[in-house]
Amino acid sequence: MKGKGNARIAAVFLLLIAAFGFLVILNINTGNVKIPVAEILRIIFLKEGNQMEYNIIWKIRLPRILMAAILGGALSLSGFLLQTFFENPIAGPFVLGISSGAKMTVALAMIYFLKQSASVSSYTLILAAFAGAMLSTGFILLLSRKIRHMAGLLVGGIMIGYICSAVTDFVVTFADDADIVNLHGWSQGSFSGMSFGNVRAAAFIIGIALLVSFLLSKPIGAYQMGEAYAQSMGVNVRRFRVVLILLSSVLSATVTAFAGPISFVGIAVPFLVKRGFKTARPLFVIPGTFLGGAVFCMFCDLIARMAFAPLEMSISAVTSLLGAPVVIYMMVRQRRER
Amino acid sequence: MSEYYFQTEKMAVGYDGRALIRNICLSIKKGEIVVLIGPNGSGKSTILKSITRQLRMIEGRAVLDAEDMKELSYRELSKKMAVVLTERIHPELMTCREVVAMGRYPYTGRLGVLGREDERQVQSAMEAVHILDIGEKEFLAVSDGQRQRVLLARAICQEPEIIVLDEPTSFLDIRHKLELLDILRRMAKEKQMTILLSLHEIDLAQKCADRIVCVKGEEIAGYGTPEEIFTEERIRELYDLEEGYYDTTFGSLELRKPEGKPEILVLSSGGTGVMTYRRLQKENRPFIAGILYPGEVDYQTAKYLAARVIEEKPFEAISDEVYEKAVRAVDESRYVLDAGVRIGRWNSRMKDLLEYAEKSGKLRKIDK
Repeated sequence: MKGKGNARIAAVFLLLIAAFGFLVILNINTGNVKIPVAEILRIIFLKEGNQMEYNIIWKIRLPRILMAAILGGALSLSGFLLQTFFENPIAGPFVLGISSGAKMTVALAMIYFLKQSASVSSYTLILAAFAGAMLSTGFILLLSRKIRHMAGLLVGGIMIGYICSAVTDFVVTFADDADIVNLHGWSQGSFSGMSFGNVRAAAFIIGIALLVSFLLSKPIGAYQMGEAYAQSMGVNVRRFRVVLILLSSVLSATVTAFAGPISFVGIAVPFLVKRGFKTARPLFVIPGTFLGGAVFCMFCDLIARMAFAPLEMSISAVTSLLGAPVVIYMMVRQRRER
Repeated sequence: MSEYYFQTEKMAVGYDGRALIRNICLSIKKGEIVVLIGPNGSGKSTILKSITRQLRMIEGRAVLDAEDMKELSYRELSKKMAVVLTERIHPELMTCREVVAMGRYPYTGRLGVLGREDERQVQSAMEAVHILDIGEKEFLAVSDGQRQRVLLARAICQEPEIIVLDEPTSFLDIRHKLELLDILRRMAKEKQMTILLSLHEIDLAQKCADRIVCVKGEEIAGYGTPEEIFTEERIRELYDLEEGYYDTTFGSLELRKPEGKPEILVLSSGGTGVMTYRRLQKENRPFIAGILYPGEVDYQTAKYLAARVIEEKPFEAISDEVYEKAVRAVDESRYVLDAGVRIGRWNSRMKDLLEYAEKSGKLRKIDK
C-alpha cells in the first residue's frame, strides 16, 4: 500500500516535470515571429545567432516563461499555505483579497515613483505589494476573530478585494496618461514585459520562501490536524501562524508586484496536486504544488498569448476560465464527502 | 520527589481572563485514572483545556512530574502529555495510519520522516486499539467510533506519561465504549500511564476511575474515590436530578415512578419481578411489590419503581406482621400479578399468599 502510494507520487512528479519541459520548449517555440528549433537551441546554448531572434529569445520569451513558472509556483504555494492556515480548501490569495490589497499599494507606489523618476525598482514594488498584502491579511485576520465560519470569511475577503480594486481604479483614473497604459495592462494580470532583472529578484525572494516553506512541512503537516493537536505535539502554534501568514503574504505580494492579480491558481492547483498525489503531506505537496503551479501558469500564458494572436488576453482571464470550474467541482465534491 | 505525578495548585480556569471555576486542587498519582464528571456546560472541558495549555490558566499553577508546566516548552510537554480532543478534525486525504503516525511528531527529525522505531511504535499503538485492519482507509471515511480509536492510537504512540481525553466516549456505541475504557485501564495499570478524562456516562466513570472529580459551580464540587462520590444524594445534587433516580450500586438510571393509588400487587422473588415492574412503570400503572428481601434485585428495582414495597428482614422467615400487610395489599388491589415466585425455606409463606389471592379470584399469571 505504502509503496503504491510512493510510486503514485513519483509518477505525478515525473508527469509534472515532463509537462514542464514540454511547455518550456513549446512556449519558446511559439510566437509572432517563427524561429526554427535548431536556431533556438543555438541561441540558448551557444548564445549566437541573428540579433533580432537572439533578442526575442533572451529578452522576451525566456524571461517571460521563467517568470510565469516562478510566479505560478509562488501563487499555488501561497494558496496551499493559506488553505492550511484557515483550515479550508477554498482559501487563496485572490479570494481573500490579498492579491487585490497588493495590487492597490503597487498601483499607488507606481504612480508615486513614476512621478519622481522614470523607473521603479523591482524590490520597491515587492515591498509595496507586501505592505498591501499584509494590510488585507490583517483585515482578514481581524474578521476571522469575529466570523468563525469560512463562508463569511470568504465574503469578507471578496469585499476587501472589491474595495482595494475600487481604490486602484480610482487612482488609475487620476494618473497620467503615460502611467495608465502601464497600469492598465498590469492590473489585469500579465506576464509580459519581464526583464531578467525582474526574474532574478522574483527568483531570489520566492526561492527563499519556498525553501522556508519546505523546511516547515513537518509543522504544516501537524497543523492539518487542527491547531489544538498541533500544539499538543509540540508546535509553537502562535509563532507558527505568524510565519505561515508572512510566507503566504510574501509569496502573493511578489507575484502581484510583477504580474498583477492572478485568480484561482492558488485554489485550483493545490487541489489538483493533492488529488493527483492522493495525499496532502506537505513534504510532497509543497514542491508538487510549486511545480504544478509553474506548469499551470506556463500553459495559461501560452493560451493568453496565442489564442487570439497577435492580440493578448490577460492572464487572469485564462486562469479564471480554467481554474474556476475546478473550484466549483471541488465544492460540489466536498459537500458530497461530508 | 512528590508522591504525586500531576498536581494543580489553586488553579482557576475560564475564558478571556474571567475565571469560571476557581481553587482547583487536584493531586494525581502515576498510573491513576481520574475522571471528571458533571452536568453539561459545567466546565469539564475548560479545566482539561487549561491543563493541556490550550487555554491560559488564569490563576495558580499545574505541576507535572515535579516541574511547573509553565516552564516546559511545547516540545518538552509533548513528550510527556498527549491529548484526545472532542473537536472534530478534517485532515485531508490522510489514512488512519498517517493520523496515528502524527503522534511520532516529537521524535522525528526536521522533515518528519518516520524511522524504524517510529514505524514500530505506530504498529504497536494500532494493535493496542485494534485498528490494524483500517490502517490504509482514509480517516474521513471511517466511522466515529473508529476515528476515536485512531486518535487514541495517535496519543499512545506519542509515548506520553499522561493522556488527557475530553469525552472520548461521546460518539461510541457500548462495545467501543467498553473497549476504550478497557484499553485505558490496561495502560494505566500495566504501563503506569496517568489518565485524566471527562465522561458523560457516570456509571462508566464509577466503574473505571480511581478518583472522581465533580465539576459544578465555581469550585470543584467534590474530589474523591468513587466510593466517596457515588452516593445517591451527591449525584442527585451534582446533576440537579428532580425526576427519576440514579442507582449507585449498579450505576443504572431509573425513570420516575407512576403516581396515584396502586391497584396491582406484584409478587415475585429472586429477580423475577424486574421486567414486570418496568412494564407497569412504562404503562404508568402504580403498583405494590412484595414480599421482598433487601439486597434482592427485585427489591433494588422496586425501591425506585413501586409505590410501596412489602419487605422482610434479610434471610428471615416471613413474620405474621409482614404477611398480614401482604394480605391487606391483596385485598385492596384489583388484581395480583404472579411474576414467577420462587419459593424456598425462608419465604415459604408466599405459597399461602398466592393461594389466598387465587381464592379471592384476583391472581393472574404472567405469560413468559
